[in-house]
Parts: sequence; structure tokens; C-alpha cells
Amino acid sequence: MLNAFMSYLGSTVPPGNADNQLWALIYVLIIFAGVSLAVVAMNWIERKALAHFQIRLGPMRVGPHGLLQPIADALKLMLKEDIIPAQADAVVFWVAPLIGLLAAFTVYTVIPFGPSQAVSDMNIGILFMLGVSSLGVLGIITAGWASNSHYPLIGALRSSAQMVSYEVAMGLAIVSALLMTSLNRTGTGTLSMIGIVEAQQQQGVWFIFKFFPLGLIAFVIFAIAMIAETNRAPFDLPEAESELTAGFHTEYSGLRWSLFMLGEYAAMIAVSSIAVTLWLGGWMRPFPNLLTGSAWDFIFSLFPGLTFAGLAAIAFIGTARMPAQAYFRIQRIGLAVFAALLGLIALLLLAIAVAGRTNDASIAGRFREGIDYVYWFVLKVAVFMYLFIWYRATWPRYRFDQLMRVGWKVMLPISLGVLILTAIVGVLIS
Amino acid sequence: MNSVVNTGAAPVATPFFFYFLAGAAIVSGLLVITRRNAVHSALSLIVTLLSVAGLYLMLYAPFVAGVQIIVYAGGIMVLFLFVIMLVNIERSAKDRQFNRIWPVGLAAACALLSLFVSAFVKGRNLFPDRLVALQESSNTQQIAAMLYGEAGRMGPYTFAFEIASLLLLVAILGAVIMTKKKI
Amino acid sequence: MLTRAANDDDRRRTTEFERLNFMVPITTFHYLVVAAALFVLGVIGVLTRRNVVIVLMSIELILNAVNLNLVAFSRMWGNLHGQTFAVFIVVDAAAEAAVGLGILIAFFRNKETINVDEIDLLKW
Repeated sequence: MLNAFMSYLGSTVPPGNADNQLWALIYVLIIFAGVSLAVVAMNWIERKALAHFQIRLGPMRVGPHGLLQPIADALKLMLKEDIIPAQADAVVFWVAPLIGLLAAFTVYTVIPFGPSQAVSDMNIGILFMLGVSSLGVLGIITAGWASNSHYPLIGALRSSAQMVSYEVAMGLAIVSALLMTSLNRTGTGTLSMIGIVEAQQQQGVWFIFKFFPLGLIAFVIFAIAMIAETNRAPFDLPEAESELTAGFHTEYSGLRWSLFMLGEYAAMIAVSSIAVTLWLGGWMRPFPNLLTGSAWDFIFSLFPGLTFAGLAAIAFIGTARMPAQAYFRIQRIGLAVFAALLGLIALLLLAIAVAGRTNDASIAGRFREGIDYVYWFVLKVAVFMYLFIWYRATWPRYRFDQLMRVGWKVMLPISLGVLILTAIVGVLIS
Repeated sequence: MNSVVNTGAAPVATPFFFYFLAGAAIVSGLLVITRRNAVHSALSLIVTLLSVAGLYLMLYAPFVAGVQIIVYAGGIMVLFLFVIMLVNIERSAKDRQFNRIWPVGLAAACALLSLFVSAFVKGRNLFPDRLVALQESSNTQQIAAMLYGEAGRMGPYTFAFEIASLLLLVAILGAVIMTKKKI
Repeated sequence: MLTRAANDDDRRRTTEFERLNFMVPITTFHYLVVAAALFVLGVIGVLTRRNVVIVLMSIELILNAVNLNLVAFSRMWGNLHGQTFAVFIVVDAAAEAAVGLGILIAFFRNKETINVDEIDLLKW
């Protein structure tokens, strides 16, 4: 049993490719738990960050600095009455949130958190991701239709038109990045997510900086299209509250509504991972080809521990700054415990980094490597998640005809031009 | 390297997945042609398309499966649902569902079915009973070589590929001209 | 390290597992039967339904059946011509759906119906 459990640790390919079902299952569970946790954390961070953008405090009451707010929200949503409108199409109404959720979570089977830290490395990786994430629109469109009500239907039609339109520009931007993977000796590109990151490693440059500014333009187009794909501000017309109350999920309540939210945030993380994988070097730490050697490896492997140490320090400062009143005592203790927990994680990570610094083949070395990869990947994705919040706080919502005009008349021609130019430059260079 | 359950690339429980996917495809295909409500038909068709994509994966055709998901389930079916919501389905759901000559149509389909059955029963031995394990890890690259050619030579389908892109252009123009009230 | 052939216990489990799976290896013929069933379903839909949208969907069923045949034969012969053809058919299906639904919308705008047996005028 232990043998079977440890068997994967020496492997250099994902468990799906090593035919190791046990580890594949473990990865699936870890990713599912991790994404759900990230969604919960994102919920809290979004509320806090939006509040601070507007010079408010945000949730403060439930737990210190509102840290337990997501749990309270989840409890509320679970206990809420689950209403199915009388005129609704019950079966479709029931299935719709599940479609979106399944589509959002299935995508994670091919996201590479590291060269072997993925469930599976498919030959059609990016195609699979695009295809499955485009199934999410079916959840929205069926939800809007099944509610049998005007606002949801209009929201569903808007969102389907929007997502189909922006998928075109998004796909062309992705193709221009895929073209760059073929600039090697054999001239064969790849669709595999792991292969794409390895191509960037071989060519020694993130694709965002490749053929400057072509890679950058393609990346910006993708970054805009992915916001439209996930129906986030400033492209959140399908759920524009001033026009459509809540768009396609107006009639949803309770747990079903929270499934929509879970699916939406999971999809946000998924598209951010596509961007990170295609243009920002995936799991690679900064300058992997320039700053080589075990000394640099060790320095960069300290980063995860130091990050958690920094978070713990912030939490400790928060504890110290709490008003010295009896009313705050419980909150103060809670925050101190939270800070201690973060500090403990930091110590653990630092210990692994120190223990695994010499021998890459040992278990500690293997863990250190894996933590490194996952850390840099998650850090890059986290930047995107913060940008999602920032956009929402900053930009006013588009009007629908403007949205369509931008999609078809600006983004599509630019992405086509970038694609053609990339092809021409690639041929000239090779 | 040290993987314990390394049984090669053979998929596990193949017959189970085959019967599951085939059953899902046929049952939902049946629902497509029998449902009164066009949206239900479209949703069942999506199930059929996804099961057929699964069958492609079992046939070592990941690229075709990916194209099936992205073009059919993500593109064409969204278009279908969009159009169903634009046109008035309330009336047609209450209407008679089958046309007047449906017995003739059914008879013709049954004739076709009996043709298939007789061909399969009599010709079963004519099919070579072999299955080649295609190379899955470079499937996309091999199809690309078929479509675009490799090493400077044109592939067998390069010309057809260009014609297909022209067909798509014509289809786009046709769809726009049909639907736009004033051009 | 446990290999399946070496371990007796494991082999027994394997056979039991295969018995669970109906014992029949899946051949090209199985796929042909599925494809034929889908094809016949599509033909029935095209010939008997009145709703144009469902007729178009039945055509998609037919095209899928053809695709399944092509991919199955591609695996039988071990080359990729069948798969390439399947990609072309998907392209064709996309073009057909776009134009077909365009005609449908233009028609619905003029006659307020989507029943195929009411489309019986050559000109109006």
C-alpha cells in the first residue's frame, strides 16, 4: 500500500500519463479542495478589496476582519429556501447550474501546476480546455430559458452572444501563442499544456515577451476576452443589476445560486491559468535559464515560506492593532491563532526548502520542487484574480452594442493581424 | 519509472465505457427526435454529441473529440439554442409534432434499418477483425501533417482544406445575408 | 513492485473485472452498430418531424453517425485519413447549421411558422 502510494513520487510525468490511477485520484481531490478553498478565499478578498477601493471597511463582524464571513455566507445559502418558480421547466432549471459547475471543474484536469503536477497531460490540452470551458455558456443559456421569465431570458441571450463573440478573438490569440511553440528545431508545435510551458523554457522567453510587441498584444486580447468569457465587470452585461436585476440567475436562490457563483469563480481561475500557461511561463520561476545553479534554486525555494511568513506578520500586526477592549478579546485571540497557523505553515515550508536543498531525488527534494512549481503558478494566477477585482472596482459597465462592436470590429481584426504577423515573423526567423 | 500499476496505455474497463457511452448516445438520440419541446431536444443532442466525443477518445482520436466538443457542443448547439429562443416555440410545442406522411417516413427508415441489419448480419465476417492502437501522443501533429503537409510537401488534404475554408466563408456570408433585414 | 502477470491474486481480480465487463472485446463492428443506430434515428427525425429546428438537429445526428464510422475505420486501418475526413465533416456541419438556421430565421420573420410542411410555396 505504502509502496503504491509512494510509487508516483519518482515519476517525471503526470499520473494520468504514468497510468497511476491512485495518484490521479489524489490530484483530482486536492485540486477540487484547493479550488473550492480558493473560491471561498476569493469571495472574502473580493469583498474586502472592493470595500477598501471605496474607502469602506467591508465585512468586519463575523470573525476578526470578517475572516469567517464566507462560512457564514455558505451557511446562509444552505439554509435559504430553494425556490423553483411555478412556471419554470423544473428539470432544466435543476440541471443548469450543474452544467456550469461541471464545465468549470472539468477544465482543471489538464491545468499544469508543474511538469508532473497535473492530473493528465493531454495531447489536445488547450483544445480540451477551450472546448470544455465553452460548455459553460450552455449552463447560463439553459438557466435563463428554464426560469421562464423575461430578465433571465434576456440575460441568457446576451451572455450567449457575448461569449460566442469573444471566443473567436480568444481562440485567435491562443493560436498565435501556439504558433510560437513550433519555433524549435523540428518545427512541430504542441497543444499540450505542459508542452507549451516547456516550449517557453526551451526558447528562454515567456511568450508575452516573444516577438515584442506581438506576444504582448495577443496576451492583452486574451486578457480582455477572458473577462468577457467569465461575465465579469466591465463586461457583466448578462447580470447587469441596473438593467436585468440579476440576469440569468434572477430566479435562482439558495444553494443553486451558490453553485452558479462557485462555477463562475472556478471558471475565472481556469481562464487565468490558461493565460498564465500560455504567456507567463506557467510554473516556472522568474529567470529559470539566467539564474541557474543550486544557490539560486535554494533562494527561490525560500519564497513560498517567506510569503506565508509575511502573511503571518500582517496578521500579527492586525492582532496588535486591535482596540484594547474586552469586546474584542475573542476576535483578538482568533486572529492570533490564525497568525500562528500561518506562521506554522511558513515554518513547515521553510523546513522543506532547507531539507530538500541538496538532493533533488529524495522525498524532501521532490516536495520542495513541487511546492516551488505550484507556488509560482498560483502566484501568477493570484495576480490575475486581483486584476479581476480591480477591474470591477474601476471600470463602468459597457453598453451591449459597444461590447459587440469592440468584440467584432476591434478585437477580432487585431487578433487576426497579430496571428498573421506572428506567422510571418516566425517563418522569417526559422 | 517506478509506477506500480503500469499496464501500458490500454484504457481500463473499455467495454463498460463503450456500452455506457453508446447507450447514452442512442437513448439521448431517441429523445432528440421524440421530445415535444425543442430546447429539450437540443439538450439531449448535446448529451449525444458528448457521448460520441467520448467514443472518439476511445478510438484514439483525441483531436476529433476536441473538435467535436468545441465546434459542436460549444458552437453549433449554442447557435441552435439561440435560434430556438428567437423563434416562437410555444406555438410549435402545442402543434402536431409529426407531419402527415410520417408513416411513409417511418417505413422508409425501417427499410433502411433492415438494410443495415442484413448488411451487418451477412457481412460481419467481411470486416477485418483488427484494431490498431494509433499513436495518441502525436495525434494532433499527424492530423496537421495530413492537412497542411510536412517538410515542405503538401499533405493529401491541403487543397480540400482550402476549399473547406472557402466553404466556411460562403456560409458566413450566406447566414449574414439571410438574417439581416437590410444590408 | 507488483506487476499484473506476476501476481496470482491480481490476475484473479483481473479476470473477475473482465467478466464484469461483459467479456466481449470491443471491435470496429460495435462502433458500426452504434453509428447505424444513430443514423437511423436521424433519418426518422428528418422524415417525420415538423419542427425545422428538430429536423436540422436530426441532420446533425446523421452527420455524427457518419463521423463515428469514419473514426472507427480510421482506427481499424491504423491511418488518419478517416479522422481527417471527420474534421472536414465537422466543418461542413458548422456551415450547414449556420446557413440552415439563417434560412430558418428569415423564414420565420416572413411566415411566423417553423413547421416544415407549411414551407410549401416556391415564391411569395
